[in-house]
Amino acid sequence: MSFLDVMNVYPLIGVLLFIVLSPLVGGIIFGIDRIITARMQGRVGPPVLQPLYDIFKLFEKEKMVIHESQNFWIFGYLIFMIITGALFFGGSDILLVIFALTLAHVALILGAFSSGSPYAHIGAERELIQLMAVEPMIIIAAVGFYEVTGSFNTLDIISSGSPLILVLPGIFIGFVYILTVKLRKSPFDISTSHHAHQELVRGLNTEFAGSTLGMVELAHLYETAILLGFIFLFFGLAAPIIGLIVVALIYLIEIFVDNATSRVKWGLMFKSCWIVTAVLGVVNLMALYLI
Amino acid sequence: MESIIFLILFPLFAGVIMLALPNGRGRDSFVNFAGVVTCIGSLYLLYEYFGKGAQFFFVDGTFIDPLITVAEIAIGLFIIGMSLKFRKYLIAVLAACQMALITYTDVVFEPSHYAGYDLFIDEFSLIMTVIIGVIGSLICIYATGYMKTYQEHHKDVKDKRPLFFFLMFLFLSAMFGIVFSNNIMWLFLFWEITTLCSFLLIAYAGDEISWKNGFWALLLNVIGGVAFAGGIFFINAFSSGSDIYLNELLTSSPGIALVAATFIGFAGLTKSAQFPFSSWLVGAMVAPTPVSALLHSSTMVKAGVYVIVRFAPVFEANLIGIAFAFIGAITFLTASAIAISQSNAKKVLAYSTIANLGLVVACAGIGTEEAVWAAILLIIFHAVAKSLLFLSVGSVENQKHSKDIEDMGGLIAAMPKVALMMLIGMAGMFLAPFGMLISKWASIHAFVNAIPPFGMLLIAIIAYGSGITVFFWTKWMGRILEVRTEREPLETEASKPEMRAILTLGALTVLACLIFPLISYTMIEPYTHTIYNSVSPLLSLSNEIIMLFMVVVVILLPVSLFHFAKGRTLRRQYMGARVSEVSGEHLRFLGSMGVMKEAELSNYYFEGIFGEEKLNRAGVLSTILIIVMLFALVSWFVPLEVIM
Repeated sequence: MSFLDVMNVYPLIGVLLFIVLSPLVGGIIFGIDRIITARMQGRVGPPVLQPLYDIFKLFEKEKMVIHESQNFWIFGYLIFMIITGALFFGGSDILLVIFALTLAHVALILGAFSSGSPYAHIGAERELIQLMAVEPMIIIAAVGFYEVTGSFNTLDIISSGSPLILVLPGIFIGFVYILTVKLRKSPFDISTSHHAHQELVRGLNTEFAGSTLGMVELAHLYETAILLGFIFLFFGLAAPIIGLIVVALIYLIEIFVDNATSRVKWGLMFKSCWIVTAVLGVVNLMALYLI
Repeated sequence: MESIIFLILFPLFAGVIMLALPNGRGRDSFVNFAGVVTCIGSLYLLYEYFGKGAQFFFVDGTFIDPLITVAEIAIGLFIIGMSLKFRKYLIAVLAACQMALITYTDVVFEPSHYAGYDLFIDEFSLIMTVIIGVIGSLICIYATGYMKTYQEHHKDVKDKRPLFFFLMFLFLSAMFGIVFSNNIMWLFLFWEITTLCSFLLIAYAGDEISWKNGFWALLLNVIGGVAFAGGIFFINAFSSGSDIYLNELLTSSPGIALVAATFIGFAGLTKSAQFPFSSWLVGAMVAPTPVSALLHSSTMVKAGVYVIVRFAPVFEANLIGIAFAFIGAITFLTASAIAISQSNAKKVLAYSTIANLGLVVACAGIGTEEAVWAAILLIIFHAVAKSLLFLSVGSVENQKHSKDIEDMGGLIAAMPKVALMMLIGMAGMFLAPFGMLISKWASIHAFVNAIPPFGMLLIAIIAYGSGITVFFWTKWMGRILEVRTEREPLETEASKPEMRAILTLGALTVLACLIFPLISYTMIEPYTHTIYNSVSPLLSLSNEIIMLFMVVVVILLPVSLFHFAKGRTLRRQYMGARVSEVSGEHLRFLGSMGVMKEAELSNYYFEGIFGEEKLNRAGVLSTILIIVMLFALVSWFVPLEVIM
């Protein structure tokens, strides 16, 4: 039985692998990220598994909150991020994946809003701008997949006969552009950043501590796995090795850009995302008819 | 058939009785009674015709047809009289044109001589009936409580409550008429009644601005009325005659059907407040909240999209349909974007209504089976969620004396029940797995198969609009949840009738999300299958299960609150390491000059990018251009077929 048959019959395998493995994979990616970043800054950097140790530690800490309801939203964020990934790796409708991802982020934003804190408030508003900035590109990417493969299901998309990037180059570049926003990388890390030098108070995450922050970090690991999986769809099973190499390369480029640039104003981030979406995404979509 | 006639006539007679009843508990109980009867009546109709497909009824027209002509002329004369009295000569001229067209048609072509089925009912009509009957009467029940408070707060507004309730019920009666009429002449009469009712209800407060907005709504709707009358004239003048019956018209030659659909669809655009006619619905918010709720959810605008969706099969795969789809899509994008820059809650709701109807019109313009399916689902979800939101905002307004979203900060602490209902309503408007999102998902599925390259452009518009929608709803939700300091909730959040209506609608919103596959299987799909002669199910089972699973997760999530309430240390917000204090609703911090300062938070509105005036102008100009192209298309291509 080929990979596809197995996935068709047992979609739950993909779901389980995602739930179990992505924190580990995501943790290692983040660990490598931190080491490379440290080397670029002339430091040695932490062990590879440090991001995971951090999350374990966060769950041990005192549970400080402003309102109890805050955790409810963050728990929702984590749950829906997992559901998003389960849908994605279980091979279902990619539009549902996108909408579930939006739902997860809305939960995170509401959690930040509900704290009633000025810093979290600004962070939440900025996260919302980010959400609005990236949504069109993601939907257009999904429709691009459909136009080529004739299906919205991730399983059908990944098993496309030829790599989708060949006919969707504009959408690919556009998606990589907004990936910077989604991964919270500089220069588009306007709602909250991984780097201490970018901000004095951690924007969106200001009022999350202990296990709450742990859940936020865990959800971010899951999200990274989903986003990199999305990039992989452009290559699919037609060119899996190249796909993996490109995914790694793109993440490396993100790290370099992250360290080489400083945060821009929200207006520039927002407008550039929308313009890139229109110029690369929409034009690519229209061009599909000419090919 | 008796139950259909009952539903059309009962609200009318109940309304007439209300006209005679004085203010007080007696009238309120009668309104409640009439509301409950209308509601049960519509549910009985659902029971009676459920699963029976399309049914047509023959009515002896000897008495009714002259009556309809007389009623149409009376409405025309009333409109002309009112507009002359207030010196709105343009409206008078347009109304006279419309009356002349209809009278000429009546006298010269004598459409009443054709034999055909005047009334009908099918799954789509049934869905509309339940929406009108249940939501409409809930709004009327809510109004008994709201209008009492309203009159107490607005001493300067003359108390015309008997007229108010008469108009509300007349509205329901006319809406029932619209969805049951197979005879276009009948449909037109009910159509005109809704125009008239909305005009009088918008102008209820009787001050200058109310009259101004009322007449503006009247003007735009009379423009639509002229187009409708033109369509009727066209059908009578150029077709074989029996085409004045909707079922015949839809299947008649493409030339006749397309031209009629264009004219009547144009009237639908005015009624459903699409760009460039959207301004009347925004202006309509000067009316008391129940009126807005009624106009936005179950009546008026829904009459507009109802006729457009009825004609959707005619629009399939031709440029005229594409033109309608673009008007809808541009409306969706522009109105959503304007909603970002608004802080007036009712205005945000108004623009979001316009936007959602735009999506319905876009689906109808595409006209494929999947698109029609999406359009009907959108109508259902929008009706419940939007009425819930309007009624909740109305109750908040009565408590806080403000419609401003900025004044709703921490509402969840002050008015937990109403705020929770608002959150449900908003989630229903844009979040997965709730209603509207299913429809948005379905409409994207439908657009990808539309005529290239228009389908792709529509998708792009929807993609941008979708991001915008998330923004303005979430920031409002955030505002409601943003509790800076703990406080005791109000003892009574709203009067009893208000609360009853709000809670029922909240439950209905959740219920609609849970049973939508059922609605789809038993009503929407049979309808689309009959219209398109197909059998394929539109929503795959696995996707349905996923959506239901997500709904269940959302419903179960609050259970986690029990866990999260235990063993927490409560801290105050981080205030930049300054000294801070909490007193009552206020959160203060030590400012740099040694004075305690209030921490104030407010939302982003981006007026520079999403300014109302700028976007309105762009939306109106581009849609006017499309309408000009639409009529150019009609006048160039279609007459050939008519002559043949």
